[in-house]
Amino acid sequence: MALLSKKDTNLITDPLADNNPITIQVLGICSALAITAELKASLVMAVSVMFVLAMGNVVISLMRNIIPSKIRIIVQLIVVATLVIIVDQVLKAFAYELSKTLAVFVGLIITNCIIMGRFEAFALGNGPWRSFLDGIGNSMGYGLILVIVGFFRELLGSGTLFGIPVLGDPIEKTGLYSIGYENNGFMIIPPAALIVVGIIIWVQRSRNPALVEEN
Amino acid sequence: MAINTDKNLYTVAFAAVMVIVVGSLLAFVASSLSGRIDENMRFEKQQNILYAMGVNENAGKGDVSFVPTNVVEKEFSKYIKEQYVIKGAELVKNDEAYLVDVKKEVAKAKKGEVPELPLFIGEKDGKKYYIIPMYGKGLWDAIWGFISLDSNMVVQGVFFDHKGETPGLGANINQRYFMDDFIGESIMSGSSFEGIKVAKGNNDPLNNDKEDNEVDALAGATITGNGVSAMIKETVDLYKDYLKTIRTN
Repeated sequence: MALLSKKDTNLITDPLADNNPITIQVLGICSALAITAELKASLVMAVSVMFVLAMGNVVISLMRNIIPSKIRIIVQLIVVATLVIIVDQVLKAFAYELSKTLAVFVGLIITNCIIMGRFEAFALGNGPWRSFLDGIGNSMGYGLILVIVGFFRELLGSGTLFGIPVLGDPIEKTGLYSIGYENNGFMIIPPAALIVVGIIIWVQRSRNPALVEEN
Repeated sequence: MAINTDKNLYTVAFAAVMVIVVGSLLAFVASSLSGRIDENMRFEKQQNILYAMGVNENAGKGDVSFVPTNVVEKEFSKYIKEQYVIKGAELVKNDEAYLVDVKKEVAKAKKGEVPELPLFIGEKDGKKYYIIPMYGKGLWDAIWGFISLDSNMVVQGVFFDHKGETPGLGANINQRYFMDDFIGESIMSGSSFEGIKVAKGNNDPLNNDKEDNEVDALAGATITGNGVSAMIKETVDLYKDYLKTIRTN
């Protein structure tokens, strides 16, 4: 027997490609632009969002029958903010170094619209297990794009990957730089992320025309 | 029995209960962890101060590496010989000067009141280091750090950190390739206390020119860089009167 039924598997695989939160639903763009100048930051953000989204989806799903619909957005916001603050405090006490790395991401996680979007669109109408899978799937779809964008921006903008020089030293002029290659400073600034995301959307839709909206 | 979640009374009751539950949960977490968190922050400050005077575990061209937390208290008392608080023209010995909230004192100075400025005197291999805390503003939030000087007003080391600068851009002020550039720069220009500017396009990416009061900026982090320049300048202005008394060149 398979671990997950086909329907459940789809909850994880759909957001990776044909229902990707960034390239198809165009959610979570703000953080995708802001923090993808380095691969490491992209990865940290992806893992943090995965944790918060999966946990949050489960909590909201468990509360789905008692949340008053009039104030459900506020309730969702409080759940995500509380989760993030508790995680932040626990890390500060027991993994101080890690918490310092994450500190700048805390605000970005709370305001990530993918999180509110999944609470509203999925967790309010589904059970905890399926909501958990949905959270994992969507954050993986989000993280995948972040890592792709981070890879190209760091490689072309700084000539490094995870902070390790891969193209030579731009100041000492070794490696690729010895034959006149230069880092593209534009890749470091946020608009470059928009272009990389745009290219991903283009490639994805030209491979699968069903994704193109009709006017 | 199904609950009618659309009733106003239910909505208000739900909100009230949630606020109480969430509030007490957060209060409980915060108060039960505060001891450990405070200790971590104290160790971090000691690590940062030691880092600025060159007591760290940096190897080669790698990452920032502090003195490990389990020995930091011992190392701190070994290398930091004296701690002072400067109040106006007074120099008061204070063994907990490193716990002074620099943010508050800088704000006091801006309002025209007399601030209580911490100062640390470290000694390593027979050489004296004057370590000064800094506090300023980056692009999104606070930036801070420590700068250590010798009696010639030449920078022996710096440490910068930030609360919320953009990851990959301004956040890199706490990376070695940025901080190491400050070492050897003088904060003096002739006889005036000039500070050190984070300059774009100073045509000196290797930072060979140590007399120009400039280090090379980080690409894509103009505002954070300007914040660092302003922070150093403000700090130098605050400590100027004291620095004049120890300056030997």
